[in-house]
Amino acid sequence: MNANTASNVTPIGAAVRRKEDHRFITGKGRYTDDLHRPGEAQAYFLRSPHAHARIRSLDTAEAAAMPGVVAILTGAELAEDKVGDLICGWMIHSVDGSPMRMGSHPALAKDTVRYVGDHVAVVIAETLNQAKDAAAAIAVDYEVLPAVSDLAQAQAEGAPQLHEVAPRNVVFAWELGDKDATDTAFANAAHVIPIDVVNNRLAPNPIEPRAAIGDYDSGDDAFTLWTTSQNPHLARLVLSAFVGIAPENKLRVIAPDVGGGFGSKIFIYAEETVCAWASKRVGRPVKWTCDRSEAFLCDAHGRDHITHAELALDPAGRILGFRVKTTANMGAYLSTFASSIPTYLYATLLSGQYDIPAIHCHVDAVYTNTAPVDAYRGAGRPEATFLVERIVEIAARTLKMDSAAFRRLNFVTSFPHQTPVIMNYDAGDYAASLDKALELADYAGFPARKTEAERRGKLRGIGLSNYIEACGIAPSAAVGSLGAGVGLWESAEVRVNPTGNVEVLTGSHSHGQGHETTFAQLVSSRLGIPMDQVSIVHGDTDKVQFGMGTYGSRSGAVGMSAIVKALDKVEAKAKKIAAHMLEAAEGDIEFKDGRFSVAGTDRWLGFAEVALNAYVAHKFPTSEIEPGLKEGAFYDPTNFTFPAGCHVCEVEIDPDTGVTQIVNFTAVDDFGVVINPMIVEGQVHGGIAQGVGQALMESVHYDADGQLVTGSFMDYTMPRAENLPSFRIGLTQTRCPSNPLGIKGCGEAGAIAAPPAVINAITMALGTEDVSMPATPAKVWQIIQAWRAVAQAAE
Amino acid sequence: MTSISMTVNGRPISAEVEPRTLLVEFLRENLHLTGTHVGCDTSQCGACVVHLDGAAVKSCTMLAVQADGGAVTTIEGLAPAGRLHPMQEAFREHHGLQCGFCTPGMIMTAVDMVARLGTELDETTIRENLDGNLCRCTGYHNIVKAVAAGAHAMNPAALAAE
Repeated sequence: MNANTASNVTPIGAAVRRKEDHRFITGKGRYTDDLHRPGEAQAYFLRSPHAHARIRSLDTAEAAAMPGVVAILTGAELAEDKVGDLICGWMIHSVDGSPMRMGSHPALAKDTVRYVGDHVAVVIAETLNQAKDAAAAIAVDYEVLPAVSDLAQAQAEGAPQLHEVAPRNVVFAWELGDKDATDTAFANAAHVIPIDVVNNRLAPNPIEPRAAIGDYDSGDDAFTLWTTSQNPHLARLVLSAFVGIAPENKLRVIAPDVGGGFGSKIFIYAEETVCAWASKRVGRPVKWTCDRSEAFLCDAHGRDHITHAELALDPAGRILGFRVKTTANMGAYLSTFASSIPTYLYATLLSGQYDIPAIHCHVDAVYTNTAPVDAYRGAGRPEATFLVERIVEIAARTLKMDSAAFRRLNFVTSFPHQTPVIMNYDAGDYAASLDKALELADYAGFPARKTEAERRGKLRGIGLSNYIEACGIAPSAAVGSLGAGVGLWESAEVRVNPTGNVEVLTGSHSHGQGHETTFAQLVSSRLGIPMDQVSIVHGDTDKVQFGMGTYGSRSGAVGMSAIVKALDKVEAKAKKIAAHMLEAAEGDIEFKDGRFSVAGTDRWLGFAEVALNAYVAHKFPTSEIEPGLKEGAFYDPTNFTFPAGCHVCEVEIDPDTGVTQIVNFTAVDDFGVVINPMIVEGQVHGGIAQGVGQALMESVHYDADGQLVTGSFMDYTMPRAENLPSFRIGLTQTRCPSNPLGIKGCGEAGAIAAPPAVINAITMALGTEDVSMPATPAKVWQIIQAWRAVAQAAE
Repeated sequence: MTSISMTVNGRPISAEVEPRTLLVEFLRENLHLTGTHVGCDTSQCGACVVHLDGAAVKSCTMLAVQADGGAVTTIEGLAPAGRLHPMQEAFREHHGLQCGFCTPGMIMTAVDMVARLGTELDETTIRENLDGNLCRCTGYHNIVKAVAAGAHAMNPAALAAE
C-alpha cells in the first residue's frame, strides 16, 4: 500500500515556492505576443492626434495600395458589419433617479474622436512595419473641436461637450448616505475639519503591454481570441452579448500567461474587439501588440478625483459625521466598470476603520477629453482611504492629539458593525494591527530619530494609515441591487484522474498572483496528495465553463471558496465509492490525510485507489453511483470581506533638494487566513510600491488642449528599486466569517494603504498640510523655499 | 535586406534582415526566443536585456545588424539545458518574480552586475544597479534579496561546493 502520507502534503500556511516560476525564470512563459497563428497579419491602429475632433473625411486609397497592406478598416466597415458599441456594465442612477448618461463608444470612431489615442482606423498588413508605414499615409481631414481635459472645468458653463446624451458632461450625480443625519451631526459639532484633496491620475503600466490575436475559422464559423485579459469569460460575454462578434459557443477566448494587470486588463477594449472582428473580415488571423506609448494613450487610467470633505468632531475628538463631495473623471467614454469605481467601490468605504454615525457622499462623474478611467489596483478604495486617513490625521493634529490615540478613540471595536454607507464589517481587530505596526516601526523611538535627523539638517516625519477595504467581490444579489450587470460569484471544477492526480479548472485568472501554487496548496492539503500531482487550469473559455476572473482581491476569498465547495463534493462521492470498496457503511468512512478509513478499524484505502476505482467502476453499483470523479461548484459570497491593517511610513527630506527618502515602511495587515505567506507578502510589497509611486512620483498629465504630456517612461515616473526601501511586514489575523477558508484577500492593500501613510509623514516633516500627490522633489522644494522666505521676512 | 551572422546561445546563426530590425525583434520573431521581452519603446524598462559579448545590452535599443559578428546570450541560454543558473534559482527561492514578464531582463541584468561588481553585493549597490529595469509587481523587495543570494551563489567557492 503506497499511501500518501501527510509528509508529502503542502499544508495551508506554508511558504512553499511557486510552481509556475520555472517557466518564467527560463524564458518559457507564454504571453500573448509570444504566440503566432499560421498566416497571421499584423494590425496597427491609426489614433487621433487631437483630443476632440470631427472626422470630415478619411481617405485610405493611397495607404491601401502600399506594400504588404491587407486591409484598412474604419468605423464605416464596423457599422456595415453591425458591430456593437463597447459598453459599461454597471448602471448608476443619479439622485434624480435618471440612469447614467452613456455616450456611444464604437471600437473605431464613427465621425468624432474624443481623446488623443482614440481609434480612427486599423491597418492590417503582412508586417508591423508595413502597417505603420501605411497608417502614416492615411489622409484624415479633422475639424478640430475645443477640448476639455481639466476635471475641474468639465462641468463649467460653456465647456466643450463630449456626448449629446450628457449635458454639461455629467455622467451621473449620485449620492450615498443620510444627508439630514449628517447635517445634524455637523450642527452639533465642536470642531469641523475641512480638507481639499486631489487624487492624482495614474497609468497602471503592467510591464507586459496588452496584445491580442483574433483568428476566425471559416470551417467551423468560429472565432478564437488570444488576449491579455484578467477575465477571459467576461471578455467573451461582452464581445458576444453586447458587441455581437459571435455567439458564446462560437467564440473561444484564451488569456495565456499575462504579465500583470492591476485592473487595466479587466476591461474589454477596442483593440481586441477589432482583432477578433477583422480576422473574419480579412480571412486571416490578426495580431496586435501594444507598444508602451500606445499603452499610455489608451489603457484605462486610474483614480483622478477632486474632493472637498469635512469631518465633524465632538469636544473630545470623537467623529460625529463625515461629509464628502467628489468629482470623478471618467475620461472620454465609460469603460467596462468605470461607473462602479467612484461610487460603490469608493463611498462605501468612507467609514474607514472608524465608528462614524453619519456619512453623506455626493459624487459627480464627468466626461473629459482624456483616456477612459476605470479600476486600477484598489479601485475606489485608495481614493476613500486617502481621504479618510488624511482628514483623520489633520483632525488629530488640529486637536493636538497623538495620531494613534485619535484613531484608537474612534475605532470600530465590536462586530458585526453596520456602517452608514452599506458595508457591514464582519470581523476585525484594528487596535491589534495598529499596536503591532507601531511596535515594528518603533513609533515610540521616532522623536529621537527626528532629533538626530535635524542634527544632520534633515526633516523627518512619520505617518500612519489605518486602511480598510472591501474585497472578495461580491454577493451577486447585493451587487445586482446596486446596478452591476453581472453576478460576482466564482466557479471551480475538480477533475480527479484515474491515477489519482488532479486538475482544477478555475474561473479565476492568474497574472502574477501565483494561483498555480496557492490553489494547488489548498487541494494538496485537502486531498492529502503532493502538490505536484495538482494542476491548475485557467484562462481558456473552452476548458473552464465560466468564471468572473481576477480583480478586487477576490481569487482567494471567492475563487478558492468555489474550489472548496467542489472538493466537498469530490470527497462526498469518493466516500460513497470507498464505502463499497471497504464494504462498510458510508457513514463510517472517514477521510483524513489522503486516506479513506473505516472508523474504529485499521482498514483504509488511499486516495489514488479510490480515484482509480471511480473510473474502473467494478466495485460499486453504477445504478446508484455514476462512474468517474469530477465535481463542479459555483460559490456566491454572502458578504464582502474586509481586509484591514495599519501601514506606517517614515520619511527623511533633504531641504536643499526636496528629495523625500522613505527610510522605513512598515505594513501590518489582517488578511484573515493566509494560504502562502511568501506570496501574500509579495502582494503587499508590490502594492506598497504602487502606493508609494502614487504618493511620490506618478501622475498622468494632460495639457489644456488634451495632449498627453506623460506619454512614456521618460515622462511618467515609475518607482525603481533605488526609490524604495526593504519593507517591514507583519500580519495579524481575524478569521473572515463569511467564507469557508476564512480568507479576506491581500492583493490591493499596499496600494490602498501606502499613499496617505507617505503623505502624512511628509506633511508632518514639512509642518504643512498643503502637500498634494505626487510629492515630487520640485514640489517639496518649493514648499520649503516658501517657508524659508517667510522665515527670512520675519527676521 | 542585410546579411548578418552571430552566435546566439552558443549556436551560429546567419540571416537576412531588414536593416531597421531591432535585435529584440530578430531574437523574438526570427529565432523564436520569446523569453526576451519588450515592455517599452524608450529603453527604460529593461525587459529586453540580453548579453552581447558578455555584457548586458538592451536589445530593444540596438539593431540586429549591430550585433553582427557578436555572441548573444538570452535567458534561454543562460544555463545548460535542464539546469538552472544560480541567479535563476535565487529568483525562485526568494520569490523575486510575480507575473514573470520583467524577470528574464532582471536575471540577465543581475548576472551582468555580478560580472561587473563581484559576488558580494550589498542592498544599496543592488538597488542602484537595477536602475535600468522596471518591475511593477514585486516592489523590488524580493528581487533585491534574490540578486544578493544569486550573486553569492555565483562565488566560485560556492559553486565548487555545489
